[in-house]
Amino acid sequence: SSTQICVCHTRSYSSVCFLKSKYVYAFDKSAFKFNHQHRLFRTSAISKGQIVQFKLSDIGEGITEVTVKEWYVKEGDSVSQFDSICEVQSDKASVTITSRYDGIIRKLYYNLDEIAYVGKPLVDIETDVLKDVAPEEDVVETPAVSHEEHTHQEIKGHKTLATPAVRRLAMENNIKLSEVVGTGKDNRILKEDILNYLAKQTGAILPPSPKSEIIPPLPKLETAPAAPKDKAHRIPVPISKPTVFTGKDKTEPITGFHKAMVKTMSAALKIPHFGYCDEIELNQLVQLREELKPLAQARGVKLSFMPFFLKAASLALLHYPVLNTSVDENCQNITYKASHNIGIAMDTEQGLIVPNVKSVQVRSVFEIASELNRLQSLGSSGQLGTNDLTGGTFTLSNIGTIGGTYAKPVILPPEVAIGALGKIQALPRFNGKGEVFKAQIMNVSWSADHRIIDGATMARFSNLWKSYLENPASMLLDLK
Amino acid sequence: MKNMVIRASLKNWFQLFYVHKFPAAGFKTTADGAIILQSVSNDIYQNLAVEDWIHDNINLENMQVLFLWRNLSTVVIGRHQNPWQECNLKMMRQKNIKLARRRSGGGTVYHDLGNINLTFFTSKKKYERMENLKLVVKALKCLRPQLDVHATDRCDLLLNRNFKISGSAAKLGRTAYHHCTLLCSADRFLLSSVLKSPYKGIKSNATPSVPASVKNLFEEDPTLTCQIVMDAIAAEYAIYHQIDHHVTLINPADETVFPGINNKTKELQTWEWIYGKTPKFSISTCFNMVYKHSFLEVKVDMDVKHGRIEVCNINLPEEWLPPALCGELEKNLIGSKFCPSETTALASALLRSCPQDYEVHRRWNLFCENMTTTLM
Repeated sequence: SSTQICVCHTRSYSSVCFLKSKYVYAFDKSAFKFNHQHRLFRTSAISKGQIVQFKLSDIGEGITEVTVKEWYVKEGDSVSQFDSICEVQSDKASVTITSRYDGIIRKLYYNLDEIAYVGKPLVDIETDVLKDVAPEEDVVETPAVSHEEHTHQEIKGHKTLATPAVRRLAMENNIKLSEVVGTGKDNRILKEDILNYLAKQTGAILPPSPKSEIIPPLPKLETAPAAPKDKAHRIPVPISKPTVFTGKDKTEPITGFHKAMVKTMSAALKIPHFGYCDEIELNQLVQLREELKPLAQARGVKLSFMPFFLKAASLALLHYPVLNTSVDENCQNITYKASHNIGIAMDTEQGLIVPNVKSVQVRSVFEIASELNRLQSLGSSGQLGTNDLTGGTFTLSNIGTIGGTYAKPVILPPEVAIGALGKIQALPRFNGKGEVFKAQIMNVSWSADHRIIDGATMARFSNLWKSYLENPASMLLDLK
Repeated sequence: MKNMVIRASLKNWFQLFYVHKFPAAGFKTTADGAIILQSVSNDIYQNLAVEDWIHDNINLENMQVLFLWRNLSTVVIGRHQNPWQECNLKMMRQKNIKLARRRSGGGTVYHDLGNINLTFFTSKKKYERMENLKLVVKALKCLRPQLDVHATDRCDLLLNRNFKISGSAAKLGRTAYHHCTLLCSADRFLLSSVLKSPYKGIKSNATPSVPASVKNLFEEDPTLTCQIVMDAIAAEYAIYHQIDHHVTLINPADETVFPGINNKTKELQTWEWIYGKTPKFSISTCFNMVYKHSFLEVKVDMDVKHGRIEVCNINLPEEWLPPALCGELEKNLIGSKFCPSETTALASALLRSCPQDYEVHRRWNLFCENMTTTLM
């Protein structure tokens, strides 16, 4: 197959004799693969195209007029044969009008929602006409063709044979038909040829071996959403994609929620953060949760670790209320918030949003679990309201469900502290007797506003929170 | 006639792909072949993807296909329609009813497992909606001769002259397909409530739906189930095309049989397709809020293009909310998706960077809730 491609190219250039011989011999398939992002075309021999009026063809059922509903092209765009030009509608039928020619759109005859007539001009297309003249110099290389541009499917005089369905499949996968070897009659390119070509592309940018091995694609990475601490450990594997030479950067404006978050994050970074990390041993909590899970389930509530983390945080905040405060813009006044409205970072379609559980200080672990279920359910169906998303006073971010151990979380204004929880791992630790045991270890990384919170306060808060979680029974003593 | 439902072997399928050759053995050796497919999936996006896939990949010059499918609760809008004009999106979110935009034209329909979808694939030359509908009527009359069903010139099927039991739409491109619904035992009450839009003040050139009184075949004759009706239509189609009454079950998630179909399914689920393809529209509406014994009027005007807010004007009672905050909201809404969860997330984030005031929070939340509920 590599020979065939060479033959094709040498055949097209043999009559022209402008390529130095060593360039031709070096032109084997592997070199071609690296170069094939460059499109070769002759520079001097293109004549000015003629303007062709492309009329709206018969749609069937005796229809004479249609409404133009969407344009896929604008004046100045280049199109290839079979590219979609516009969408028209007639009596519940939606019709895609495709181009009959390769060329450049020079005029659109209708605006959106105007009536177009069958048999009348729809667009003007300027078609390229290549003259049969030998160029005087070597070919020019151009940058890679992106998905937006259209590949011309001619290799000097040779039109590649392929059915419209095969052309579409090639276009959808950014494959230039000139690079695919056709195994059908007259070197016609069949669907199998495209699929074979694709299979070889998947996995790596490597020159193909002479024996045309099919490199099996790597399995996809699955990102689990930030669900409560129910672990479904997934082994992350790199994402594989077919190697597509696009080469065009894409710039788009930052809008909506992301734009608002830019503002929030810029404000957040004005706060001097300091970090404090620790590791928590959760063996007792793991056991406790196992016992309580069925009880909660019987009441229709899914119990994760989060309700315990939130309740422990609230109990600790009662002793260190400075962590549940808000300062004004110039850091002149500090407001001690009465309610512990603890936010939990949630991964949704919008991005990472932070709904909060209100008044954790007066809720039981079960009630917190129930609230979390409600917020989770609303979050996944895009129904969270502003009440749930505003008024938070303290935040816990459960990044551990996605992965990672330590983090440096960013405080969400107007709060003054935030904790990021890593994933729970089974690790060997020493117990009081000096024996090694299997410990369920989770890391926590706190960030706090250093203008009003000092290291000692943060450490003591973290220790208290940790002690509640390492000895869940101790929570009973302080429960209100 | 007993109908045999078989699973096509992969080999059969690959022969069908390259149908620029003549149809493989197994079909009658007439010049034209035909095949009947039935989906094992009840997922609207997967089933719409099958239509796309057949439309793009099968050569229908000498071949016709009948595709039978049903979906779980979904509202399906036509290619050029505006979902905010056509259905109650809020109710759909609450009841977990999906929204899909199909590629064919026409109006909005509600699907559930009590509704049958039929797609007739032909070449553009053989595209004939009335023929297809006559076939369906014939099948129903074969089943129950006393049934009063007929096709109108709008390509609807009416029961007892008054009640719509089927609507049609079509897509023409390289080849053509005509599909239609058929109400057997759908939830009529949910249908009528979900297809009523609560959103006021929309000005748009999107294709409007024509509301109609509907009825289920089941209500006319309780013995008519979806399966019986599908079998009858398949049988009639088989007779018409002189083929064996074989219904081939297909799995729309199977990439080996339908290479590239999962990409099509994904595309149909994207926000850009479902909402972003809404033709440009403007919304101009007022709503009232009750706050601490006072009555407040809010006026909102927006232009929405490609599903994103292009122009945004909000008129609130003076000084009720910090003007800077309102200005920020208007500014940030430009370019944002016309979507309640996006707007809510955006508005909540903006509140973080403004001086903390319990009163302001309460008013802001009230205003945002009202705005998203009334408009989106």
